[in-house]
This record gives sequence, structure tokens and C-alpha cells, in this order.
Amino acid sequence: MNVWIAITVTAVGCYAVKLVGLMLPEGVLERPLVQRLAALLPVALLAALTAQQTFADGRALVLDARAVGVAAAAVALLLRAPFLLVVAAAVIVTAGVRAITG
Amino acid sequence: MHDTGGVKPDRAVVRDALAVGVAVGLSGFAFGVTSAGSGLSLPQTCALSLLVFTGASQFALVGALAAGGNPFTAAAGAFFLGVRNAFYGLRLSQLLALPRAVRPFAAQWVIDETTVVALAQPTRRAARIGFTVTGLSLYLLWNLTTLLGALGAEAIGDTEAWGLDAAGPAVFLALLAPMLKTTRERAVAGIAVLLGLGLLPVLPAGVPVLVAAAAAPVVLWAEGRRKTGDREAGDRAVNESHDSHDSHDSHDSQRDQYGPQEEDR
Repeated sequence: MNVWIAITVTAVGCYAVKLVGLMLPEGVLERPLVQRLAALLPVALLAALTAQQTFADGRALVLDARAVGVAAAAVALLLRAPFLLVVAAAVIVTAGVRAITG
Repeated sequence: MHDTGGVKPDRAVVRDALAVGVAVGLSGFAFGVTSAGSGLSLPQTCALSLLVFTGASQFALVGALAAGGNPFTAAAGAFFLGVRNAFYGLRLSQLLALPRAVRPFAAQWVIDETTVVALAQPTRRAARIGFTVTGLSLYLLWNLTTLLGALGAEAIGDTEAWGLDAAGPAVFLALLAPMLKTTRERAVAGIAVLLGLGLLPVLPAGVPVLVAAAAAPVVLWAEGRRKTGDREAGDRAVNESHDSHDSHDSHDSQRDQYGPQEEDR
């Protein structure tokens, strides 16, 4: 039930912000500070999420195969690999490390 | 990007749009697998792709739920990630000049990729075609691959043994990397990582990410203060070099906004 609540709230909220952008009169959100904040917010959220999903096990921080996999993804990004290859690198390396270390 | 000047054949627009739509649409597979691996059912996973349809928010939501976050905290993180779409919509409404009655239907497709493709077109006609073709192809494929990914994850059982729990953070990293263009973005990311990891053991699941979002206003505030300080010390600074750190501020707020995914997709 909780999951459906989360899905509903997210769906309504995400649709609403998309629609608000299309419906608002021009210029409302054009202030430089607002734009800059809007551009930086995803940076902060994505950075925190990347770190957490790499190192978190519940509420503890751990260093396991995932970290190696995500490091591989970072290398793929530096080599300008396409999106799917970046994700594949993380998955394959993580699985490989787990298979080796048991 | 805008150097095509005048007319661009419709066919070329469709081809560009399809390239983006197909490449990104395929990554719905990663979402389907991650969502199913996080314990969401098949209908829940598909509902997210059909109704939320903005990738980063979807990944964030299933990650937060898997970590045991309460539904509203989890939804808040996903929502804040979706806020950028409002700014895309604002730009697109000027560019596409859609009739008001059409806007509620077009709204669901207002995301990173459709915005990037539409903004890259030289004319309104091309922008409309680009937006529609990218939106349609991406929406269909994203939902199809979500379904296949979720079915696949159920079929193979233990997704962790296959390393599939690394797909989520890798997706976030791939979205984040092209945004880290200047010191400002890197500072925000660094502080957010510290807050996100440091607060993880002490705050309820999902809350640390929301606190980490504060890195954005904090860095802007610090920049503003430093700029004020510079101005006060202006007399001395004038005699020194002009290549100050904030010289680009006025120019590239637009590129900050729409640049991120351009090259990598």
C-alpha cells in the first residue's frame, strides 16, 4: 500500500511540475537566481543518490562490489562511452567481483 | 548546433529525434530490472514508467523505497528531481507555441531529452517535429523496455548476484557527469555527497538526500557573499586581472539548464 501511495504522489507531483512549466506566463521563472538554483538542484540530488546507492547498506556505509562496479562506470564515462555501455560496465563488473569474491 | 541556419529537412529532424528516443528508450530496461530488484511488483514498476515518465525520479523513488524510506519522503526526493522539468516546460512553451488545449497532453513528454532535441532545431516546425517524435518514440520504448526489464528480473531471481543493483547508481552517475562543468557544480556535488553519506546513519531513510539538496542554495549563497566581498574590495581588484571566477555567470545560465544530456545521449 505504501508503495502505491508513493507512486501516486510522485506521479501527480511530477506531472504537475511539467504542466506548470508549459502553462505559466513567460518570464515568471526567468530570474537568473531561480534558473541557477533549478540547474543546481539535480546536481546535488544526483550526487547524493549516486553516493548512497553505491555505499549504503540499509543505514550503514559499506565498501563492496558495487563500489568497484560504479568505479568502472566512471571510467567508461571518462572514455565517453554511450549511456547503455556505462550502465552495462557497472553491472558486469559488480557481478564479476561478486563471483570472484564469493 | 544552431548553425544550420535556415531550413532543415523534416526527415533529418525525425532521424535525430529517433536516435535519441531509441537510445534512451532502451535504458528503460535498466529501470525495469532495478525496480523489480528493489521489490516493486510488475504493475507498480510499469505504473511508474507510464505515469511518472522522468527517469531520474523513477530511479530515486524505487531506491528510496528499497532503503525503507516512508512513501512521502521517497516521493519528495523524486519530486525535487522532477522540478527541473518545469523550467524545460517554460522554455518549450515559448518555442513550440502549443495551443492551451494541447498542453496538458504534451506535458507528460516534457523531459531532458525532448527539450534537448527541440531546442537544437532551427525552426518552430522542426522543433515541434523533434519534440513529438522524441516524445513518442521514447515514451513507447521506455515503457516497453520497463516491462521487459521487470519480467527479466523476475525470471532471473536474485538480481544482486547479477550485479544489477549497480545499475541505479551508474545511471545517476551518467546523468550527473555531464553536469559537472564548472567549480560551482563540483562544489555542490561534493557537499551533497558528504551530506548524503554523513547523515545516512543518523536520519530516517530518504531524508539525507533531501538535506543534501541544500548544497545547491548553500553554494549559491556562498558565491553571492564572495561576490559582495569582491565588490567591497573592488578598489584593489580592479588593478589586478579581470579573469575572475564569476565572469561567465551571466552568459551560461541557459546552457547550465539545457546542456547536460546533449552530448552523451
